[in-house]
Amino acid sequence: MNGIAVLIPIALLLGLGGLFAFFWSLHSGQYDDLDGASLRILIDDDRPTDDNG
Amino acid sequence: MNAPTSPVAEAKLPEALFSVPGMRCAGCIAKLEDGLPKTSGIVAARVNFTAKRLTLTHLPDVQIPALQQAISTLGFEAQPIGAALTRDDGGSRDLLKALAVAGFAAMNIMLLSVSVWSGAEGATRDLFHWLSAGIALPAIAYAGRPFFKSAWNALRHGRTNMDVPISIGVVLASALSLFETVVHGEHAYFDGAVMLLFFLLTGRWLDSVMRDRARDGVTALLKHAPAGALVIDNDGRSSWCDASSLRPGMTMLVAAGERLAADGAVIDGQSRIDLALLTGESTPVAIAQGDRVHAGTLNLDAPVRIKVLAIGEETVIADIARLMDQASQSRSRYVRIADRAARLYAPAVHTLAAASFVGWMITGAGWHQSLLIAVAVLIITCPCALGLAVPAAQIVTAGALMRRGILVKDGSALERLAEADRALFDKTGTLTLGRPEPIGLHDLGPEQKSVALALARVSRHPLSEALRRALEQEGNTASDLTDVRETAGNGVSAKLRGRAVALCRPDGTVPDDCLATSLVIEGQPSTTILFSDKMRPAARQTIDELAALGLPATILSGDRASAVAPIARALGLTAQTGMLPQDKLDTIARLKARGEKVLMVGDGLNDGPALAAGHVSMAPGSASDAGQNAADAIFLGDSLAPVATAVRAARATQQVVRQNFLMAIGYNLIAVPLAIMGLVTPLIAALAMSGSSLIVVANALRLRSAAK
Repeated sequence: MNGIAVLIPIALLLGLGGLFAFFWSLHSGQYDDLDGASLRILIDDDRPTDDNG
Repeated sequence: MNAPTSPVAEAKLPEALFSVPGMRCAGCIAKLEDGLPKTSGIVAARVNFTAKRLTLTHLPDVQIPALQQAISTLGFEAQPIGAALTRDDGGSRDLLKALAVAGFAAMNIMLLSVSVWSGAEGATRDLFHWLSAGIALPAIAYAGRPFFKSAWNALRHGRTNMDVPISIGVVLASALSLFETVVHGEHAYFDGAVMLLFFLLTGRWLDSVMRDRARDGVTALLKHAPAGALVIDNDGRSSWCDASSLRPGMTMLVAAGERLAADGAVIDGQSRIDLALLTGESTPVAIAQGDRVHAGTLNLDAPVRIKVLAIGEETVIADIARLMDQASQSRSRYVRIADRAARLYAPAVHTLAAASFVGWMITGAGWHQSLLIAVAVLIITCPCALGLAVPAAQIVTAGALMRRGILVKDGSALERLAEADRALFDKTGTLTLGRPEPIGLHDLGPEQKSVALALARVSRHPLSEALRRALEQEGNTASDLTDVRETAGNGVSAKLRGRAVALCRPDGTVPDDCLATSLVIEGQPSTTILFSDKMRPAARQTIDELAALGLPATILSGDRASAVAPIARALGLTAQTGMLPQDKLDTIARLKARGEKVLMVGDGLNDGPALAAGHVSMAPGSASDAGQNAADAIFLGDSLAPVATAVRAARATQQVVRQNFLMAIGYNLIAVPLAIMGLVTPLIAALAMSGSSLIVVANALRLRSAAK
């Protein structure tokens, strides 16, 4: 019983954490362009940048 | 990667949206996002690949044509689009949030429920029930809103829909489970209620995603709708003016190859205009000072000044739009299969639940036991699999069709497409490509070809572009020209290693209603390149396939009989010619009155009303804005074959939907008697419900290869 009293809140909190993470990612527009996201990883990003070289 | 230098400064800068249908790969994204900010005036570029959209943040003094020019120098065709067309109503996002909450709650409650079923007793069971209640009640309040709202709306207007039994089932189940929890009862139904919401929300969300996707696709394809015009004010200065802020009396300067943004009269200049969008007539019409011209038509040869006479609501285009609105009324009354099923289903379920309550009361089971059984009946019959049966099948088909370049706007389009038993085709742009294609190119020598390509690349004239496209497809390389000059209305001239070369208007030897251009190379006789509007690939084959599927075809064209005859003969079809939008509408109405279900395939603005009036309609991706808006499905690419593919896929979908309904009903036939007899434990309810839903989804997945 004591084990349950500790584990159940932990399980629920982890679940809630996942739910909020999902909400956050939804609101920050991470699902707006799924096809684009799968292509962007192919773009070379190692060109010199202007601000810090 | 295009990190803004200062977010505050950027927030004040205007943004322009462009549709760039030509982007295909990661390279295109990188090219646009890295290349554009190097152009002066453009601060940032961001691509949305799914919607094929480009957002440019630019300095306030940069005008749309300049931005468009910058994009085209990178090798992409771009069309400016209005922000109103791209707004997201957020429907899918809200459903997805509700779905996430329901999923979270269902998983956690199920964990607790399994412990109860496997024999938790006394205080432990009570604790688990209370915990379930704590998770379920807020989750139901949040995730159930789409159903509660719609059920309440239906009830208020004295109707019922699928959402009514769902809402009653969920609310009753939660209330009863709460009561059970309070009185230390044996069973609580929280898991059933939440899982029900989860599966139903899945169906709703799929449905909504399908509509969004198609809308994004349509937005990306928008063409031909001029966003504005270059206006010359009294001082002779020119500025870009939005279509919405044009006023009668203004003077527009319309360049060759540009579409008119308003109705007006020619003040100055001579040119020919392409009326294909308005009437379907494919041969250009000559215009001179004093002639009336209409919004949406294309100026072909030379720049003209036009005095704006009518804007917005008063243009000929707007008239057609009104016809279209009226025509689409009849379609909005179409009742989707799911709704028809719900009409029969909802009363049946309520009667069953009420009957089992009354029946158990009569046998003396007590109100508590009777109510428990009635709720079990409501939950087990709740249209979980039924709610998934239609959207699951339709979204799988829509995805398969999308990969084949066919965008379907919503699920009812698939249902109506499966029912069609007659096909009507427009000619220009539908059976034909609707753009001039050079003929007899193989008569040209390699040098002539490379000179022609080099010259054609310079000009934006439609014939030049057609020539360039054809020559590039053949793999020709352009020769190096110097001294390139374009004279409006007369063509392009240049120097090739000292020799004069030109691509110009042909002299009098070519009949006037024939599209042609003359290639002149000094020291050689000039060559005339003729252009014609070619038939779409696979046209004949598609017509035959449609006939085999039970859809005999006819041509309805606004073009002259002499222009339609060769096409009709080649396809073996009968044709009606010289039809105005109203005539096409009348023809469809006549067929409808005879009980025929018409599939209308057309592209032009003049087909808009007919597209809206048909039982179902398709338009090619090259169609006008109005045509695409009115059509239920849009096919990309040149081939006509997607029309037959879509019909076949729609019929396959209907078959799977029917199978799904049968399975859902079969499940009810087994589960309902058990529930009425009072044998259903929450475990059986949960298994039966998820089992039937999974079977329905698995069956729908078979449609992945439907679009063959």
